[in-house]
Amino acid sequence: MAHGAGGKASRRLIEGLFAPLLFASSAESLGDAAHLDFQGIKIAITTDSFVVKPLTFPGGSIGELAVNGTINDLAVSGARAEAMVVSYVLEAGLPTPMLEAEVRAMGSAAREAGVRIAGGDTKVVEHGKADSMYITTTGIGRPIHGLKIDPRSVRAGDKILLSGPIGDHGITILLARGELELEADLHSDTRSVLPLVEALAHEAGPGIRWMRDPTRGGVATSLNELARDCGLGIVLMEEMIPVRDAVRGACELLGLDPLHIANEGQFLAVIAPEYADTALRTLNSAPGGQDTRIIGEVREQPSGAVLVTTRYGGSRIVDMLVGDPLPRIC
Amino acid sequence: MCLAIPGQVVELFPDQPNIAVIDVVGVRRKVDLGLLQDSLPVQGDWVLIHVGFAMSKISEEDALDQMRTLRALGEAEAAMQEVQGYGLENTENLE
Amino acid sequence: MKFVDEFREPEVIGRTAAEIRRLADPNRHYRIMEVCGGHTHAIYRFGLKDLLPANIELIHGPGCPVCVLPMGRIDDGLAIAQDPAVIFTAFGDMMRVPGTQGSPLEHKARGMDVRIVYSPADALKLAEKNPDRHVMFFAIGFETTAPSTALTLMRAKAQGLGNFSVFCNHVTIIPAIRAILDSPDMRIDAFIGPGHVSTVIGCRAYEWIAKNESKPVAVSGFEPLDILQSIVMVLRQLKAVEARIENQYKRVVPWEGNRAALRAMAEVFELRPYFEWRGLGFISQSALRLRESYATWDAERRFVIPGVRVTDPKAAQCGEVLKGVLKPHQCKLFGNQCTPEHPIGALMVSSEGSCAAYFNYEHRKTAMVTSISSVA
Repeated sequence: MAHGAGGKASRRLIEGLFAPLLFASSAESLGDAAHLDFQGIKIAITTDSFVVKPLTFPGGSIGELAVNGTINDLAVSGARAEAMVVSYVLEAGLPTPMLEAEVRAMGSAAREAGVRIAGGDTKVVEHGKADSMYITTTGIGRPIHGLKIDPRSVRAGDKILLSGPIGDHGITILLARGELELEADLHSDTRSVLPLVEALAHEAGPGIRWMRDPTRGGVATSLNELARDCGLGIVLMEEMIPVRDAVRGACELLGLDPLHIANEGQFLAVIAPEYADTALRTLNSAPGGQDTRIIGEVREQPSGAVLVTTRYGGSRIVDMLVGDPLPRIC
Repeated sequence: MCLAIPGQVVELFPDQPNIAVIDVVGVRRKVDLGLLQDSLPVQGDWVLIHVGFAMSKISEEDALDQMRTLRALGEAEAAMQEVQGYGLENTENLE
Repeated sequence: MKFVDEFREPEVIGRTAAEIRRLADPNRHYRIMEVCGGHTHAIYRFGLKDLLPANIELIHGPGCPVCVLPMGRIDDGLAIAQDPAVIFTAFGDMMRVPGTQGSPLEHKARGMDVRIVYSPADALKLAEKNPDRHVMFFAIGFETTAPSTALTLMRAKAQGLGNFSVFCNHVTIIPAIRAILDSPDMRIDAFIGPGHVSTVIGCRAYEWIAKNESKPVAVSGFEPLDILQSIVMVLRQLKAVEARIENQYKRVVPWEGNRAALRAMAEVFELRPYFEWRGLGFISQSALRLRESYATWDAERRFVIPGVRVTDPKAAQCGEVLKGVLKPHQCKLFGNQCTPEHPIGALMVSSEGSCAAYFNYEHRKTAMVTSISSVA
């Protein structure tokens, strides 16, 4: 169960089991999408599964997550999504209006993003399985010209950019489950980050070393993976990390760290220092990018780890999660 | 045992004196006031919340007092150094 | 956040840290114990050690209710929930604590009905909503949490709700502090007292530490400024060769404690003659159980529990780390066989346990890193 939460256990499963058996090209580090070259025809391809409870929540539903999540995986790998195919696993007894609502949501999100849903498949499993609905997507796209995403190109001195406030999605879901009896004016941040990525690529393309969408496991997991992949250290300034009040309040109440909470409409980018100001300005003036901040930088130390510093000179290491973020009372 | 957060009482229920809705920067939850029944909080009061129960009222006066004391730290020292700079010999009664 | 952000003000933190440096006698090595696991967590989370001079050592105390719970008790709680009619409820803190057959979360993956609750009141509500099931609440915590369990039980009794019970593992803090002070290899100069436990038991409860043991105590809040101010307070006392109880957390802690909370506890609970603390052994009069008048809601009486004592592997040095004799990384198993992912000892299981806190926050900080005071 811990393997799906996006932290250490997930990584071990992928690296230890799937990669050696399935992924022939072990020279490439595992990214969000694969960039393939068929005798000069370059395409990017990604696949993802969407499992969420409840199916609908403030700000969206599983259908939107599926479309946006696929577009975002391609975007942060440096590709523009063109089309996707969708596979539904449905629980027997799922009310038709519920299914229809999700399909509509997907269609709407795809149209808004200019992405074609080219086909799909459906399977029905017995009642009690599939938590009502699981969605799997495969998205294909075209590499964005001028972008070369590679953690090995990251250097000490590079700046870390975060597109907007963190924790909105994960906390919204947690509250929507209703088990903790908390209420807040919060909604999922699910959106396509492709417009922002394209704007960034246009103005600061040569300076973009690496990007990722911090979904399950949050910013902490994504940056820890980067730190390990590039062998350098990541130092963040706590006061620069954007977090909405309500997310902060919920995290303080439950003893959670916003850095570990899932996001569905944000991305991280590592930018060469000479492009950092341009990158920030570009995103801040783009629709939906007003909350983008430079939250830290890459350094030699602590090698392979992520450090968060405070304005008063304290610091702490932030590791990847082991399993889900759990509320605590101690 | 220790995670307890300050929250403000934003809603009370006349027919349920032991329940209140508290607000923590926009996050709301019903909490049980049973442990404060000897001196129930009123609307606007700040309370310390632990596992869905209000444990104690928070005194704004004490909080301000504490901050004043802390902010003054180093000022006594700075004043001392200034005074020593004037060459005064007996500085004891300035402490 | 009001009553939080003010106590994280960088400028004032700087002044307080400077005062600490001014007060600390360079010819002396100070060993200050923070009793409560919440303080341990705060110290690491806020990186407070970076602000202290090298001759002030913070020793992590045994105030982590998850850490001191013997594995056998977890097995007992899970045994009760083997009955499919039972819903096992507990705080999130308990979910990854391993029993001999796995943790509650692992049992959930194998089909047991295990649910996280934020409050014992939520467990009671669950019982109200599910009259055909039995809801068992696995209660943990020191005196901060026990009154809430007590009130919940009082409400259950008043309602005559029969499908609810509590498996009580509440422990009390004073015997734990006594065990630390009685330990022959101990040398603590002063204590940072548990702020939230004190909202219930008051500051008077620690007077014997000052009177009989001559150690200063500052009952402390949990924000960076609270903890730093508490260190200032005990340093001043040590300098003046005094030993008193000071209430640093005045805005929240009443000197006399919370009478209503103490009444609720007295109504529902009584002291067990003795209880086993993982790492510390059996301590008398140190834990709570439900009174006879609440037998109907006592999971230990309603259900048959194995009651098997599970001892920790000999190589695990939890006891010495709990007492502050060893630092986490000095335990032979630390970071190798024992990590947060596969914890062997109790201190690695809870996020506020010294070993877990050290592993998660401190472990890979190098000397070079700790000298960084700002990011340009």
